[in-house]
Amino acid sequence: MSLLDYFRSSKASSASLAKERLQILVAYERSSDSQPAYLPELQKELLAVIQRYVNINKDAMTINLEQTDNRETLELNIVLPDAHRV
Amino acid sequence: MARIIVVTSGKGGVGKTTTSAAISMGLAKKGHKTVVIDFDVGLRNLDLIMGCERRVVYDIINVINGEATLNQALIKDKNCNLLSILPASQTRNKDALTLEGVEKILEELSKDFKYIVCDSPAGIETGAHLAMYFADDAFVVTNPEVSSVRDSDRMLGLLSSKSRRAERGEEPIKEYLLLSRYSPERVKSGEMLSLDDVQDILSLHLLGVIPESKSVLTSSNAGTPVILDEKSDAGQAYADIVARYLGETRPHRFIDEKSGFFRKLFGGK
Repeated sequence: MSLLDYFRSSKASSASLAKERLQILVAYERSSDSQPAYLPELQKELLAVIQRYVNINKDAMTINLEQTDNRETLELNIVLPDAHRV
Repeated sequence: MARIIVVTSGKGGVGKTTTSAAISMGLAKKGHKTVVIDFDVGLRNLDLIMGCERRVVYDIINVINGEATLNQALIKDKNCNLLSILPASQTRNKDALTLEGVEKILEELSKDFKYIVCDSPAGIETGAHLAMYFADDAFVVTNPEVSSVRDSDRMLGLLSSKSRRAERGEEPIKEYLLLSRYSPERVKSGEMLSLDDVQDILSLHLLGVIPESKSVLTSSNAGTPVILDEKSDAGQAYADIVARYLGETRPHRFIDEKSGFFRKLFGGK
């Protein structure tokens, strides 16, 4: 460790920023790769059906397919607007 | 049976052709009969890097179309008689490269050669797909840079799903990392992703680190694979890589800064 390293280490390096950005991106891309191709279309159609009854926006719904060795779980998460809560 | 190696990266300009030329020469120099195939139809460049551009008569598409035999299209390397080059076509449509055509060529080459090195084009189109489809081993060439690492990760996904081994449910393609254009000085000053950073994301078996080196350009200027420049750091890095691939144990080099009194004192860039 040189004398100059002491001063250098005080500010976040651009390499660590690069690594952080990559880790997030790669994790996201790997997970979307492993999902079936029909999932985005399914999400779109489900959203359209729900919107006929409840006024929700696109961001209020998440869809996720999880695969384990012997079963698949389709998880659908919809956040309803306040007015619809009883 | 030959071992088929694909040199791939997804991203362009990271050193696939430089690597293909160097490792095929290295394998041949070690006494193994090797052929290197350029899959970049329409933009061939392996012939230039190998220094045989004026001896190209027939190419891979001629062979697929039955206009030439494989022996007519193969070019014997001028530096090493165990090495042959199968050039890509420069003018034709890339759709001329077919799965059946490539399979037939690889089958025929397998009878004669110990190693078949497939130099993949950039991207994920037909040429890149066919270069990796029949592979046993993949050399993933990556630069310590965000877009290159991301593309390498994409290629790893394709290698494990869109290859013959994957489709047949056989043992998967062995994937190796070749980290090229590495600059230990810039890593130390925090401007470049380190080997550990890249490995945290890709976690591959490391074959070697190739330092950023002037000799890569001077070798390509002359049309001689950089591995023949035995004095250069890049040449030595590739020689190590070939030796490690063949099962030798060699300590990794070019990862840390060259030490020197003034560098230590000032942490020079």
